[in-house]
Amino acid sequence: MMELVCPAGTPASLRAAVDAGAHAVYCGFNDETNARNFPGLNFSPEELAEGIAYAHDRGAKVLVALNTFPRAGGEVLWHRALANAESAGADAVILADLGLLDYAATHHPNLRRHLSVQAAAANPDAINFYAATFGVRRVVLPRVLTVDEIRAINREIDVETEVFVFGGLCVMAEGRCSLSSYATGRSPNMNGVCSPASHVVYSEETDGLRARLGDFTIHRTPKGQPAPYPTLCKGCFTSGEQTGHVFEDPVSLDATQLIPALAKAGVTALKIEGRQRSRAYVAEVVRSFRAAVEAQAAGLPLPQGALARLAEGQAGTTGAYAKTWR
Amino acid sequence: MTLDGTELPRCPRAIALAMRPLPLPVLGVALTQFARRVTDSHPGLLRRLGPYAQRTVLIDPTDLPFAFWLDPEAGPRISAHRRHRAPAADARIAGPVAALIGMLHGRFDGDALFFSRDLTIEGDTEAVLALRNALDDAELDLSEELIRLSGPAGALLRRLLAGVERVSGLPLHRDDRNGGFA
Amino acid sequence: MDLTIGPNQFFWSAETVRDFYARMAQAPAARVVLGELVCSKRLPFWENEIPVAIEALQAAGKQVALTTLALITLKRERKLTAELIELGLPVEINDLSALQLLPEGREFWAGPLVNVYNTGTVQFLARRGATRICLPPELPLESVAVLAQAGRDCGVAVEVWGHGRLPLAVSGRCYHARLHDRAKDSCQFVCGEDPDGRDVETLDGEPFLAVNGIQTLSQSTATAAWHIEALREAGVSSLRLSPQSRDFPEVVAGYAALIAGQTTPAALADTLRDSAPLGRLSNGFLTGPCGADFSETA
Repeated sequence: MMELVCPAGTPASLRAAVDAGAHAVYCGFNDETNARNFPGLNFSPEELAEGIAYAHDRGAKVLVALNTFPRAGGEVLWHRALANAESAGADAVILADLGLLDYAATHHPNLRRHLSVQAAAANPDAINFYAATFGVRRVVLPRVLTVDEIRAINREIDVETEVFVFGGLCVMAEGRCSLSSYATGRSPNMNGVCSPASHVVYSEETDGLRARLGDFTIHRTPKGQPAPYPTLCKGCFTSGEQTGHVFEDPVSLDATQLIPALAKAGVTALKIEGRQRSRAYVAEVVRSFRAAVEAQAAGLPLPQGALARLAEGQAGTTGAYAKTWR
Repeated sequence: MTLDGTELPRCPRAIALAMRPLPLPVLGVALTQFARRVTDSHPGLLRRLGPYAQRTVLIDPTDLPFAFWLDPEAGPRISAHRRHRAPAADARIAGPVAALIGMLHGRFDGDALFFSRDLTIEGDTEAVLALRNALDDAELDLSEELIRLSGPAGALLRRLLAGVERVSGLPLHRDDRNGGFA
Repeated sequence: MDLTIGPNQFFWSAETVRDFYARMAQAPAARVVLGELVCSKRLPFWENEIPVAIEALQAAGKQVALTTLALITLKRERKLTAELIELGLPVEINDLSALQLLPEGREFWAGPLVNVYNTGTVQFLARRGATRICLPPELPLESVAVLAQAGRDCGVAVEVWGHGRLPLAVSGRCYHARLHDRAKDSCQFVCGEDPDGRDVETLDGEPFLAVNGIQTLSQSTATAAWHIEALREAGVSSLRLSPQSRDFPEVVAGYAALIAGQTTPAALADTLRDSAPLGRLSNGFLTGPCGADFSETA
């Protein structure tokens, strides 16, 4: 069966994910060492150890994301997080930074290493480089590839691949985007946040809900229409004669129906985005996807997904997996 | 919209009207006492809020006759106000009481309620996110907390709350459905 | 401190490229990085100019390196990268997958699109053969200082973004094609219509970003002119100037005068503004609250 890798922003969500059938849960510490460094989210080292014990007792794995790029001069915070993850019993760490991968391979050789989507390894050469140099065992593929490209990649590499199947969708190559810090001074790579809440201001105006990020209006949503996240790349802008979602519509990824194709393409694990979402959401999505991978493994038709209402903009897309997206 | 796709229930007008005469200071004191009992029994809540406990939030159930001003760090303290006379807060979160309580009880997802415009956020977005995430992790059940605090009257209260929940459709207690795989 | 001309990010005609590098051969820069950074589909239109430019630049005594693409996905692009490495010139890596193709011990440069945020990464790249690193533009001055020191300790020259629209993101999707309601595969090379990228404004009409094929840039033209002394003190050895369609030779000459102490940022400001799209400058990544910010006090 394909492995289902599920998000947990809090200990309660971790338990909800495990109870709902997650094969693995990924989470991070409550600081800038991971890319969901949001207010009120994430785990202390003690909470992580308890969460791992809960998961292991029920046969699930816990993967710890340390997927930001350590700050020059502040590397010790990330090094300590690696040590804490290992002593808490993490099944793997998810890393993106060359320096941190090098450090982990040297100082924590027995801690399994996965390559984060934030490393944006988008072709076999990049993946083979990380595998050969740092002993990476699994690569989370960036959301810029088609299913055919994923199949081709799997033919040329020896490590496992994990792909996103549901949730938020980065339009840009992950880990290679400074749009957020251009507008707010805080970025996914440096601070673990994109379009951070600290710089978002909503206001209800006569023409609808206006969302500002830093000094820039990101969108105006007329009354009665679904509101998107205030994410910069999904904003509404004007270029020349055109006004609209220049980069991406406010939709989120739903590749449920592509699960058989992804299995055929040699993908080992399916990942659900959403560490910032509630335990209710996590339980609902995990339950639905567990049923889907069970059906896939048994050769049965997939249950028809009914998760669209949970999606941003309440609309799903198969994103880059279909070539027309480009 | 809720997780199973149904429309959010609105607080029945009769209940909202019945609440109107409630004296605001008494309501505030009662809610503050209740909130303090809840945070005492869930110490992780304030710990998770961390520095965001200093930010005040106006919780505005749009189908009730009042709004609540919450200062998490002061004990916490809650005061009740008529909507248009509420003091300024760092942030405001507004929506039907069913959305607010349902989110607190893990029935609904906050982001989904925001996408569907059932919830509105203004002011300090970080403060609202921190509060929501901390409450989600606390796995609160307000009905059970009330019943626990009411001693011998608990059994009666349980029946009463179940009745109100049935009639109003409001999600008055926690509901974590477990999947069949664990 | 010296000057490095970065690869042209935009799609210019072969003639424009030829004129541009002929003039760069006379410009007061120590080195030039050239080649196609953004889109492999553009390359056939101007690749014949590359050997011509290399010859002219080398004859003028400049160091020349060839850049990889910023995002290598297709088989054809991997092959292109392998061929690029075989040419024998220094290669500037802007997609890490090129490291797998580069023979062990071969010297290379790391470009601004490689994520170099900390000492461990500088040391790792140095061990792999890096001799120059141009840091990502979003790094604050404190980080630049730490990394310049780390570079000195292991024999790597550290360069920072000195001038030009900021390369903020790359994507699998082509935004120029999307704006023209075309698929990436049938883009008809519309990005060639915008020699400095296509401006994107907010709904309030405020200039914000620019698109350039699969790349997203800042609308503003970033400048380190007001930070030269701070960067010099931090141990930065070179400023990267990114090609633009207007008055680039004057811009390069201006920075050369600035680092030689022959002019001031205030005196150069008019040249910089006149040549920048909409006359908008930014310098917030180094010391400001955000990248889009601009301050004349540094």
